[in-house]
Amino acid sequence: MSIGRQYLTSISLITGSALIGLFINDLVGYHVVAFLLLVSVSVLTLFLEIRPVLLAALLSALLWDFLFIPPRFTFTVGGTEDQLLLLTYFMVALIHAVLTHKIHQAQEEGRKKEAKANAVRFYSTLLNSLSHELRTPITTIIGAADNLQSKGGHITESDKSVLLNEVSVAAARLNQQVENLLNMSRLESGVFTVKRDWVDVRELIYHAIQRFEPTINKYRVSVHVPESLPLFKLDFGLMDQILHNLIGNVIQHTPEGTDLIITADCEEERLIIVLSDTGPGFPVADVDRVFEKFYRVEGSRPGGTGLGLSIVRGFAEAHGGMVNLRNLPLSGAEFRIEIPAEVSYLNGLKNE
Amino acid sequence: MNSAVILIIDDEVQIRKLLTITLTSYDYKVLEAVNAKEALTLVANHPPDLVLLDIGLPDMSGHQVLRHLREWYSKPIIVLSVQSAEEDIVQALDHGANDYLIKPFRTGELMARIRSALRQTNAETTGVVLDTGDFTIDFAARLVKKGNVPVKLTATEYTLLALMVRNEGKVLTHQYLLNEVWGPSYRNESQYLRVFVAQLRKKLESDPNRPKHIVTESGVGYRFVTA
Repeated sequence: MSIGRQYLTSISLITGSALIGLFINDLVGYHVVAFLLLVSVSVLTLFLEIRPVLLAALLSALLWDFLFIPPRFTFTVGGTEDQLLLLTYFMVALIHAVLTHKIHQAQEEGRKKEAKANAVRFYSTLLNSLSHELRTPITTIIGAADNLQSKGGHITESDKSVLLNEVSVAAARLNQQVENLLNMSRLESGVFTVKRDWVDVRELIYHAIQRFEPTINKYRVSVHVPESLPLFKLDFGLMDQILHNLIGNVIQHTPEGTDLIITADCEEERLIIVLSDTGPGFPVADVDRVFEKFYRVEGSRPGGTGLGLSIVRGFAEAHGGMVNLRNLPLSGAEFRIEIPAEVSYLNGLKNE
Repeated sequence: MNSAVILIIDDEVQIRKLLTITLTSYDYKVLEAVNAKEALTLVANHPPDLVLLDIGLPDMSGHQVLRHLREWYSKPIIVLSVQSAEEDIVQALDHGANDYLIKPFRTGELMARIRSALRQTNAETTGVVLDTGDFTIDFAARLVKKGNVPVKLTATEYTLLALMVRNEGKVLTHQYLLNEVWGPSYRNESQYLRVFVAQLRKKLESDPNRPKHIVTESGVGYRFVTA
């Protein structure tokens, strides 16, 4: 509530209570009216900040004095008893307001502290996972290089080739992490643009799959793209990255031999790509959170920074589209991407 | 034949060292330049057979170096660039680079590109019939055969295919292909290119979904590769 509205609420409620007081004054007497006003001030302390409440306390004291304490309709207070009563009234209202304010403040501080603790926890988890993901391949590379250089030990030719292969794999992994981090900072920098051009979605999907050869051949991949699917105006590079991350996710988290089904369709100038697998699916509690930056499913295999899916969402949203995840009834997960885009049915024409 | 001289232009000593050792091990002769000024002098005094040019140089942008070089140097230039810089790559290709490689690249890829670029220099010797492994093209007869069966191509399909095949191994940008095949007013009508590339793949590739010959260069263009 804005501060202006808080003052208004404060004045209205006190004035209202005073009006009710005028009606019931003859029935109950002005002492009870004082309680009515005090209750109003108390109610206000629950919802408003300190200043509007102080105003309410002051205003109600003045109104009580002016309208109810004999002689009525003057600010004069007749008897000593009434003077004491007025003073007590004012003190109670004031203490009430200040106490409530202090409670509010304490709560606010608690919230801030908790938010800060959450942020610290978030960043330390992030740093842990990042430094792990970056240091593991670096350690492999340094260690293998040292070993290959060392003159002391005896290393067989076959071990040598194993080490060299590890260097190669570690470097590829490092490169993937760096690419994800760069993509994330591209997204967050805001200087990033979607360059749309005509895309043959079949070509796009197979291109993304081909980037995973030969690993992808250990999965049972099927692609369903209707012959009549139009061309869409999309950013090929960004869409390629979306599919790359989703396919990579399947390879990372499902066993070899898992089915991977990719379908594409057009619904009212929207490209729909659905990517489903027959893997274990996601833990129910995580389904809504996997697109969050740096979020990782607990106990999932190492090898990710929790950035892949948030980049998927970021790139889909950059296109004005969206991505959803659901678990399939039997087993497996399904990602559904919806991208609004201009379409061209040129490819449906028979040309000569 | 591998006595070709290759000039490496890169300010990173690690990259130069890596490239020098790799290229020397494949029997190429290597020259090195650490910045644009040194590179331009070197090319003028000892023109190499091929240039590997890093786009991000300290003293002058790689694009400027490219423009300067192309005023008089006509041999292959391969541009080295970092990830996610499709615009940079397209610009470099438009300014006369023959090919590009994205860092980090694999050695096999580098050597293939160098061989292909050097081959293009001697491309005049290519015969009138080319065998891609999956199909043959007879340029004189304008005839394409898969096995022994002639493949029916439309005039536009043939023009596009012939253009790509003549530039075998070289990446051709979308705009270049549109301009050459359809004309300058079609430079931005990339939907035609998509449709015709899909048709050519369907008619010629043994698996049109996993093309081995007409290869997609993400966000840049297409490259024709023989098996």
